[in-house]
Amino acid sequence: MTALAQSADVWGRVLSFDHYGELLVLVRNSLIAGAVLGLVGGLVGTFVLMRDLAFAVHGISELSFAGAAAALLLGANVVGGSVAGALTAAAVIGTMGVAARDRNSLIGVLMPFGLGLGVLFLALYPGRSANKFGLLTGQIVAIDTPRLSWLTGISVFVLVCLAVVWRPLAFASVDPDVAAARGVPVRALSAVFMLVLGLAVAASVQIVGALLVLALICTPAAAALRVTASPVLAPILSVVFAVVSVLGGILLALGAAVPISPYVTTLSFVIYLVCRLIGARRA
Amino acid sequence: MTSVIELRGAALAYGGRRLWSGLDLDVRAGEFLVVLGANGTGKSSLLRVLLGLRKLSAGSVRVGGGPPRRGGGDVGYVPQRLETSPLTPLRARDLVRFGLDGHRFGPRRAGRAVRRRVDAALADVGAAAYADRPVGLLSSGERQRVRVAQALVADPAVLLCDEPLSSLDPGSQATVVGLLDRRRRAAGTAVVLVTHEIEPVLGVADRFLCLSGGRFSAGTADEMLTSAVLSELYGADVEVVRDGGRVAVLGLPRADR
Repeated sequence: MTALAQSADVWGRVLSFDHYGELLVLVRNSLIAGAVLGLVGGLVGTFVLMRDLAFAVHGISELSFAGAAAALLLGANVVGGSVAGALTAAAVIGTMGVAARDRNSLIGVLMPFGLGLGVLFLALYPGRSANKFGLLTGQIVAIDTPRLSWLTGISVFVLVCLAVVWRPLAFASVDPDVAAARGVPVRALSAVFMLVLGLAVAASVQIVGALLVLALICTPAAAALRVTASPVLAPILSVVFAVVSVLGGILLALGAAVPISPYVTTLSFVIYLVCRLIGARRA
Repeated sequence: MTSVIELRGAALAYGGRRLWSGLDLDVRAGEFLVVLGANGTGKSSLLRVLLGLRKLSAGSVRVGGGPPRRGGGDVGYVPQRLETSPLTPLRARDLVRFGLDGHRFGPRRAGRAVRRRVDAALADVGAAAYADRPVGLLSSGERQRVRVAQALVADPAVLLCDEPLSSLDPGSQATVVGLLDRRRRAAGTAVVLVTHEIEPVLGVADRFLCLSGGRFSAGTADEMLTSAVLSELYGADVEVVRDGGRVAVLGLPRADR
């Protein structure tokens, strides 16, 4: 009997819809931020896969976490710290790791260093521990209006950049030799994409946390590419998958006592599995 | 006949090291020129000069009547075979379309004219059947055909090919060379092809440009494809056998395959 009660209790902590209406109002900002980040993550993710940068996303998010933790400790703007960390990592990876083999070892070196720094800053930080945990595993109630403005501003900038460079970036990503011969500034575009990626990662860290950014920037795109090779449909599907994962994750996590990340990651993983099955039948 | 490529006293140095010098070359419209030479002799750099991606250290170069411009529309380019992930979100027709507007920034819709040109280019290389197949699922030979279509879709005056035949099977090599040959005869496109594979271009190439030890020599197949010239070129004991109209090159080092 006690085992049953205990298990019911655990489920009550994982899924609970008590006072749902009142809670929903509280997370309005998070829902907006989630939709925007889903849009950004879904689009950036297609290029991350085309350019084979999934591991770089993870490395950048750890440094972004370190930057955010430092900002928290110093009482500075957390989004600003997160952006600074992410851009530093993106710049290092972009300039030093041009060849894929160099890049991966470089990221392998950077990542634990970033994570270690972040842990140090958090350990020194005297404030609430919920803030600390949130940077790693995500948080939904922490999106106040100034932070939402930051996230929206960053996202709009990323979207405008992508709209401008989309076609030459796709060309340079799939066939850099011919693109260069056709006059596409391949190296400059690569730098622009690292900037865009750094910003997208820093923004995503605010919602899903540093450890799980890939669920937003890689998984939805990977799922989309399993079911279509159309250059128009792939980014659209990727965005739909990312938005569904984040918004669904927030709505499911709302009444529960555990962080948001398991919901987002599970949703996006299930979408990926379904797409793999469909893709396997198609091929 | 007008020259679409003109090099006069051209030389290229790289970080103080002289790659080659003293190159005088004219390539006529519709001519098929094959460039031979061992690895590291500067064949690809010659193409990069013609593409406007590198500057000569001495001499002058003109392509299509003017100095080569980076990304100029008169030149098409087909390099070695393309490696792509099977998950690349592009179909064959999307790759060909890059040849028209892949270098342009900003959002743009594919108009009917663009689609028609892409379809025509795909049909020209016999790739219409797999126009909508994902690039990652094409065979190497199919992908190289699609890239020829991409290079030709903008109607260039010159087509530069940098080892487009490497790691293709003999059938695909013959197909690609056949496509280039048909194009230059039909549209007067000059073809400059760098290759280590001599057999597929025998009977098609008008002239051979051989590069060794920083010097060039050029001539017809009869002049250049001799045991003496090729042995010196590759630093190996190469033998050229002629039997009636057929030519066989024996003893070529095969390290590139």
